[in-house]
Amino acid sequence: MRLAFIKTLSEFVRKNKNTILLTGDVGFSVFEDFIKEFPGQYINCGVAEQNMLGVAAGLALSGKKVFVYSIIPFVTMRPYEQLRNDICLQNLDVKIVGVGGGFSYGVLGSTHHALEDLAITRALPNLTVVVPADPIETKLAVGAITKLKGPVYLRLGKSKEEDVHRGLFKFGIGKANILKTGKDAVIIGIGPIIKNALIAANILKKEAGVSLGVVSMTTLKPLDEGFVKSVAKRAKSIFTIEEHNLIGGLGDAVAAVLLKNRFRGIFEKLGVSDRFAGVIGNQDFLRSRNNLSPREIAKFVGKNL
Amino acid sequence: MRNRPNIKKENTRLKKIAKEIRLRVLETVTRSNGPHIGSSLSAVEILTSLYFGIMKVNPNNPNRDRFILSKGHAAAVLYATLAERGLFNKKDLKNYCKNESNLPGHSTKNCVPGVEVSAGSLGHGLPIGNGMALAGKKDKKNYRIFVLLSDGECDEGSTWEAILFAGHHKLDNLVAIVDYNKWQSFGRTKDVLDLEPFAQKWRDFKWGVKSVDGHDLEELVAAFKRVPFSKNKPSVIIANTIKGRGLPAMENTLESHYRSPTGEEFEAAVRRLK
Repeated sequence: MRLAFIKTLSEFVRKNKNTILLTGDVGFSVFEDFIKEFPGQYINCGVAEQNMLGVAAGLALSGKKVFVYSIIPFVTMRPYEQLRNDICLQNLDVKIVGVGGGFSYGVLGSTHHALEDLAITRALPNLTVVVPADPIETKLAVGAITKLKGPVYLRLGKSKEEDVHRGLFKFGIGKANILKTGKDAVIIGIGPIIKNALIAANILKKEAGVSLGVVSMTTLKPLDEGFVKSVAKRAKSIFTIEEHNLIGGLGDAVAAVLLKNRFRGIFEKLGVSDRFAGVIGNQDFLRSRNNLSPREIAKFVGKNL
Repeated sequence: MRNRPNIKKENTRLKKIAKEIRLRVLETVTRSNGPHIGSSLSAVEILTSLYFGIMKVNPNNPNRDRFILSKGHAAAVLYATLAERGLFNKKDLKNYCKNESNLPGHSTKNCVPGVEVSAGSLGHGLPIGNGMALAGKKDKKNYRIFVLLSDGECDEGSTWEAILFAGHHKLDNLVAIVDYNKWQSFGRTKDVLDLEPFAQKWRDFKWGVKSVDGHDLEELVAAFKRVPFSKNKPSVIIANTIKGRGLPAMENTLESHYRSPTGEEFEAAVRRLK
């Protein structure tokens, strides 16, 4: 996903010389070509993220389009007040790009995991929150956010995420993307964990004859309320899945819409239940520990139909 | 050669303006019963020299000099200065801190013409100034960025991140001014978190430094005219000031951060000013 991001950004920057990429001293093996091609449009701000977001604001106030890149905790949590006051309050053309969604940096430990970022970014006025599920969505999302004038938080995985889409499709900010239709239940997901939901849907089909629809809610904010409403009308069971704390993320956003629309069916959230990882492990291991492996998703959905 | 009679004339002109701005600050804060009068009064001469002696001010000019009030709680002195400069009607100063007014207690971007940046939380102004200075360099523009910091906000890590960044990137179009009135929100700076040796710290971070009497307009203007003090270095003017300057009842007190003058105290200040 990182490579899809930098490739798409490079294509944009080639035609838009007014764009600047800032990084907080990360980007090894991702940014080298970009730096070579656009030396004047790249600044490594050092390990000083509060200053970096202020610099981004100052550049944007001077007419630049700015992308700011770092690992999620360091670009959303460390400088959260700068994100709020300098960028969102002033409604500036700054795109915050966080890498390492969920347990992407698994073995590096909890400091590097991103399990609360969606809750805190979703709470900021003016901020659009976009979470691609795969490299294809990343490419489309980067293309779409370059056209937006205001602040955006783009949450990426890390590397080697597999595509869940078969190819490019009609993409819009604020629009849900249906991956698979199903008549028994629907699972609305966000980010690369959707891959596991898709595999779970296949398991359910094969082993229990259950037809589970799978949706990628690529834009967390503004949420595609119209889509959730339409699902509420026809589905008996709705699930959400996110590689994030169950507090404040996609599940809560969807739940609010369901409540408002008096949904009477089954609704369950899958995610990390308000805890730090606690153990060391790679992404798949930690997903499994938090009941987010394909097998566990299938089991949970099957049980709650 | 500097022309002494002209400097003297200029100084008389600026003194008159400073007096007017100080009077407006006293009126504005007293009337609204608002806080932070001391923080505004210590910066009167700094803003006067910048807005009436140094900066290209026209907000519609893309090549204007930029001013960032990082110590946003001194909004009253910024509003009084902008009004004095003719950017909005002086009569509107009476709306300061009133419900639904366009003059909040911390200056907010475009609340009135000439306010470039939203401020209020400390330690944000210098990083933003860095970004503006970088943009100016990239666009090969010759405007300058002036950022007014409080001494208290030099406790903030983000301020020091910014100081490090500006020195490294040789932002000689950036000028920081520290309103060094030696007080912060709940005590004297030397007792809460001592900044000394202050000038040396900036020098070590690759800045050109000058210390001046922050109420001496001639000294301030002379210093501003010499920026950048060194080529390829950002400049800082450490302006030694007195919190609450010109309000005898609260000069050099912590109280002046919180309490608004009484009618009598206001009258006494006005009498002394005249």
